[in-house]
Amino acid sequence: MEFLSYLISGLSLGSVYALIALGYTMVYGIAKMLNFAHGDVIMIGGYVSFIVMNSLHLPSWLAVILAIIVCTVLGVVIEGLAYKPLREATSLAVLITAIGVSYFLQNSAQLIWGANPVSYTPVISGTLTFAGGALKVSVSSIVTVLVCVAIMIALQTFVNKSKMGKAMRACSEDKGAAQLMGINVNQTISVTFAIGSALAAVAGVLLCSAYPTLMPTTGSMPGIKAFTAAVFGGIGSIPGAFIGGLLLGIIESMAKAYISTQLANSIVFAVLIIVLLVRPVGIMGKKISEKV
Amino acid sequence: MSMLKVDDMNVYYGNIHAVKDISFEVNQGEIVTLIGSNGAGKSTTLHTVSGLLRSKTGSITFMDADISSIPAYKLVGMGLAHCPEGRRIFLQMSVEENLDMGAFTAPKNTYDESLERVYAHFPRLKERRKQIAGTLSGGEQQMLAMGRAMMSLPKLLMLDEPSMGLAPIMVDEIFTIIRDLHKEGTTILLVEQNAQMALSVADRAYVLESGRITLTGTGEELIKSEQVRKAYLGG
Repeated sequence: MEFLSYLISGLSLGSVYALIALGYTMVYGIAKMLNFAHGDVIMIGGYVSFIVMNSLHLPSWLAVILAIIVCTVLGVVIEGLAYKPLREATSLAVLITAIGVSYFLQNSAQLIWGANPVSYTPVISGTLTFAGGALKVSVSSIVTVLVCVAIMIALQTFVNKSKMGKAMRACSEDKGAAQLMGINVNQTISVTFAIGSALAAVAGVLLCSAYPTLMPTTGSMPGIKAFTAAVFGGIGSIPGAFIGGLLLGIIESMAKAYISTQLANSIVFAVLIIVLLVRPVGIMGKKISEKV
Repeated sequence: MSMLKVDDMNVYYGNIHAVKDISFEVNQGEIVTLIGSNGAGKSTTLHTVSGLLRSKTGSITFMDADISSIPAYKLVGMGLAHCPEGRRIFLQMSVEENLDMGAFTAPKNTYDESLERVYAHFPRLKERRKQIAGTLSGGEQQMLAMGRAMMSLPKLLMLDEPSMGLAPIMVDEIFTIIRDLHKEGTTILLVEQNAQMALSVADRAYVLESGRITLTGTGEELIKSEQVRKAYLGG
């Protein structure tokens, strides 16, 4: 029973990682850049929903929607102001800019909301008991996993079936050829950032509901771990981000439970290193070579 | 009637002056070819026409509109299709998805008809329509690249080195299709290193050497020309 409860909490944590990892992997797949500010968008989502619920006293569903809207706009604005002018620049310049945006968001948050952690009111509360009280599962864990699975299916359908989704895949393979098809690459990249940031907002609300302390650096560690999850699953691959996120969550939860709480993060990253040594493209990463 | 008119094109890669004072035109219904050796500036010229690169000077007129500052993605819808060098098909997408991408800007109600037309020209693509493009042979990938360009219902089809890396029998097949497309009324601008093949189908031709047009004439004239024979046709 103990094992099962660790597994469920791992799945729930992993679902949050997966949601964040989807943002990393989609942006990497299409813009070929690592958006290190992605983790901080989660934090902004957390604060927006916090303010809506605690200061404006509006219902939690509205908080989630407003967080999604603010983060979506923020993601598109960040892309347009910080990354778009660097489209032809070296990847190192873009990477440094992304780190700069990350610090900018953290420090702006600190300026606005202060450095002290605030106590977040979970959007979803309650606990379910199974097997005569032996297994307790929080409703928020279950909702987190379900939300993640639903988003994953929706996203996969969107990318494979819709016109915009196919345009995104075309851009991720060859931007020049995509333009020759009539695809507006800049617009496609904007949409990708919008989707990634909307998912980050959802992840922010779920993360803060599970770990209810919120401060300006809240997004950093989950951001880095979700990036790890994306690489783990094969960066650029949507199912890869999903599987990578879940695995990472489960490994972390099990390491905390059975090995050591302090070592949990080290173990997570050690597993990543081993996987990348054995399979450099990640679990779901693939390479098809061009025939000439 | 002139469909495409390039006037005084100059293109640079940093300090390298790749295309120098090039002017040429393609009339409605023609097959025009740009021939020249590797590095002569042929692909650069096509990339500049389709908007992926920019000329520092002059103008590019397509169907009476100045397109020299229109973004590349808008030109497809105007009827200018570019089938690039090295095919550049989407390797991780299926054959049919690649063709879908070709029809990205085309009106929805023309899709089925265009698809049928492409499959009629390239029956092999129909057999493999669910296959991932990266698993096709080189010749099939070239067919897919051409089919994809046809899906946008182009008025002018620009083909960059369609024979590159293909077995001779496949080269013949590709050129037969180029002739067929031309017969159906598509105007074609063909860039080739295989001068023999290109001149045999072309109405008119331009010879490019180190970024400049050095010779021009009808396909027949150039095949007979001493200069061309020596340089490109092996004496």
